[in-house]
Amino acid sequence: MKDARVIELDEVVIRFSGDSGDGMQLTGTLFSNAAALFGNDISTFPDYPAEIRAPQGTVGGVSGFQVQFGRKQINTPGDFAHVLVAMNPAAVKANAKFINPGGTIIYDSDMFNEKNLAKANFATDDPFTECNLDDYFKIGVPISSLTKESLKDFGLDNKSVLRSKNMFALGLICWMFNRPMNYIEGYINAKFGKKPVVAEANIKVLHDGYNYGMIMQHMSPTYIVHPANIENGTYRNISGNIATAWGLLAAAEKSGLELFLGSYPITPATEILQALAERKDLGVKTFQAEDEIAGITSAIGAAFAGDLACTSTSGPGLALKSEAIGLAVMAELPLVVVNVQRGGPSTGLPTKTEQSDLLQALYGRNGESPVVVLAASTPSDCFWYAFMAAKIALERMVPVILLTDGFLGNGSEPWRIPKMAELPSITPRFAKDAATYKSYERKDETLARDWAIPGTAGFEHLIGGLEKNKMGSVSHDPDNHQINSELREQKVQRVVDLVPDLELCGDEDGDVLLVGWGGTYGHLISAVRDLRLEGRNVSLAHFNYIKPLPKNTAEVFGNFKKIIVCELNLGQFAGYLRDKFPQFSYHQLNKLKGLPFTVNEIKDSVYKLLEE
Amino acid sequence: MVDLQYTVKDFKSENEVRWCPGCGDYAIMNAVQRTMAGMGIPHEKFAVISGIGCSSRFPYYMSTYGFHTIHGRASAVASGVKLANPGLNVWVITGDGDAMAIGGNHFIHLIRRNIDLNLILFNNRIYGLTKGQYSPTSDRGFKTKTSPFGTIEDPFVPGQLVIGARGNFFARTIDSNLKLSQSVFEGAAKHKGTSAIEVLQNCVIYNDGIHNAITDPAHRADRQLILEHGKPMLFGAENEKGIVFDKGKLKVEIIGENGVTIDDILVHDANESDPTLHMALINMKLPEQPVAFGIIRSVEALVYDAEMVAQIKQVQQTRKVTCVDDLLNSGNTWEVTGNEPVAPDCTKRKY
Repeated sequence: MKDARVIELDEVVIRFSGDSGDGMQLTGTLFSNAAALFGNDISTFPDYPAEIRAPQGTVGGVSGFQVQFGRKQINTPGDFAHVLVAMNPAAVKANAKFINPGGTIIYDSDMFNEKNLAKANFATDDPFTECNLDDYFKIGVPISSLTKESLKDFGLDNKSVLRSKNMFALGLICWMFNRPMNYIEGYINAKFGKKPVVAEANIKVLHDGYNYGMIMQHMSPTYIVHPANIENGTYRNISGNIATAWGLLAAAEKSGLELFLGSYPITPATEILQALAERKDLGVKTFQAEDEIAGITSAIGAAFAGDLACTSTSGPGLALKSEAIGLAVMAELPLVVVNVQRGGPSTGLPTKTEQSDLLQALYGRNGESPVVVLAASTPSDCFWYAFMAAKIALERMVPVILLTDGFLGNGSEPWRIPKMAELPSITPRFAKDAATYKSYERKDETLARDWAIPGTAGFEHLIGGLEKNKMGSVSHDPDNHQINSELREQKVQRVVDLVPDLELCGDEDGDVLLVGWGGTYGHLISAVRDLRLEGRNVSLAHFNYIKPLPKNTAEVFGNFKKIIVCELNLGQFAGYLRDKFPQFSYHQLNKLKGLPFTVNEIKDSVYKLLEE
Repeated sequence: MVDLQYTVKDFKSENEVRWCPGCGDYAIMNAVQRTMAGMGIPHEKFAVISGIGCSSRFPYYMSTYGFHTIHGRASAVASGVKLANPGLNVWVITGDGDAMAIGGNHFIHLIRRNIDLNLILFNNRIYGLTKGQYSPTSDRGFKTKTSPFGTIEDPFVPGQLVIGARGNFFARTIDSNLKLSQSVFEGAAKHKGTSAIEVLQNCVIYNDGIHNAITDPAHRADRQLILEHGKPMLFGAENEKGIVFDKGKLKVEIIGENGVTIDDILVHDANESDPTLHMALINMKLPEQPVAFGIIRSVEALVYDAEMVAQIKQVQQTRKVTCVDDLLNSGNTWEVTGNEPVAPDCTKRKY
């Protein structure tokens, strides 16, 4: 009999994987929250199929949830899993390339029968060898039959019993990582409050899974991961989509306006609409429109009428909103457009992440149609950039597109909860003097017009999509159009005075500057941190403000021998930078697999660049 | 108490009106301005929202708040205006291309939701602003620049769409009948919920006389049935004709012939929630039947914007979250204390 293996790690990656009906998203979320409550820093990444229930047991139907947690700051959900929980053979096949060399695979041995191996298209009865996983530590646990045994006295039907098997796996993992289960029990009791038998059954299976690990400890390793040393404060776990929704709420409260969201459900942005629909207590007006166009046009109406108006969508929806964004540009209304990017073009990869809507956000409209473009870079900072998007829109009377992505939107991390008092003020540009009000007069260096709210006497005016003069009257005068086109562009450029200078991670000069934007931040900073620990002379410049760019961008770029722009597209930001700063040459790292970067592939590209 | 008296002049803007001479739009605008002046509401409380098309120039000529939006989307923009600012009196100006073609989806969903605003559909059965192409309300076989051999499609009947979308208010009028237009606009203004009004409008340039069969003074008494709630459905120069319900259909009878008396004539009930008879009235057409005008349907129903306000109020009474700080600290949170101060680095961004 071997001794229990005890492994002490700074960070651990677990991937829960099974059929899309196996409850892996919930299992992963519960474990992540338990780890966060224990004091670990965490980062999560759900990876689920587009079909709600793809054919059972097939590779296409595999749903995964990856979490990295550790004793230090965690910026990514991890490249490779130390532990894979595989509820069926298809999960092994789908995840074979995401397991850390020498990692542990815990699998439901009951499910590894001929039928399920065939469904996952295995040619032999040895799926692990077929997937080149011979050198991995494999623990077969008859999870299905143990769950049945555990619940045999509960009088539940077979289907309900098997639905609890994810709790067995969760209990087992809690034991392996020595994480307390009281949070999970509380969740189960709250969720099944009206069905005490079901609650009791789930908790029993959870404990049986935990106890199974303890009893069978000869066969599995246990891991020790200490709590992280993170900043003191009150924390919560938050996903990018919830953070976005709450950032808009914070902006509404700060500005003293009511919040209006016109939106149409679309993966992976729907959760923003759902989260705000839930907030009637804060007076939010959510309007589930008949289509994407009505989503934005209702918001434009709300902006005209005096609300903080927003619309949320994903790539194909942004395409449908293009004409209306042009109207908001022309009418010069405050509007926030959130685009949770996904794989494209067309329907593309709806549940996968990508950064390929950058050029659409910048240029995807008829005419000269400048808007402000921001990009959030972590799940929790979606809150901040949603807030800033609203601040800029309201203070500069301009539409703002906020880019997040599926990775940020669905991913989550612990977040030190800010106090509203810590956030900057938002001062909408209300028109003040009826006697002198001209609807398109630009009174100060921001070049923004003033906002007169319908219903207030003395400011009656008309806006619209036609070119106009500063009185707001339609004008086809050639010079007027030239002047106005330039003014609308300059108005966006002048937002730069609200944009903080680009801050480098690393030294101010060096051999290689990694450049990124948006949701790749966690992977890029992890790679840069590793490279610097290895003594490499590299830094990271990560952009959240895309248009306008920070003032010091060229200055920062000029101090490095080489620049490599890393993004999940074919080089859209690199092309934009070439246009804005042609004096530099840009290397590129591009990935279009519907997946985030891995830290290793970023490091490899930098090694290559350093050798050249 | 101040008596709020307004005149038509209070609702006119300084902009020069630029519709073609003789266009039916002038009369419609006149009726709208008269209606608004009579409502006792100051002009800043009105918002007039239009799409694209000749009729959609309308807001430029009004002294109210106005928004000339993009093609087809006026209904959706107006929905947002009303929900953001429920105190406004919102009017949508649209045409048969704007509302029935590119904006068809927004039109039916506006009707279905029953948001409290008034929509005037200028139906000239042609695309005028693009200089004469057939529209979704043009008759089958109609020849235009884009249908030189005649269209091979059947038209929409706007009232049918309103009923099909579960509409609660539908009226029909004619540009040239100012009195009728004003009375249906007034009815629409009083009605809570979406009021849809179809105005048969004449395009003097590209579709002149399209409604002549109905409007021709020589025949109009026999070809128009002007409905009034609670009154028998009579028409004809001497009110000698009436509508009866016969074998599931609406039929014209002459009083005194075939033993028909005034008691046999249907009495118009615009407030009946069952839309069957309203649909039959909308469907009446020449030459067998007169065309129905006036307020065909006006039924009280739940209004979206009022329901939205009520739901927010109701939830606010039962929930504990009253501000964003409450929200951020709700649910699962935990305290981290006793850690060493963390050296600032750029691995977690702050603001």
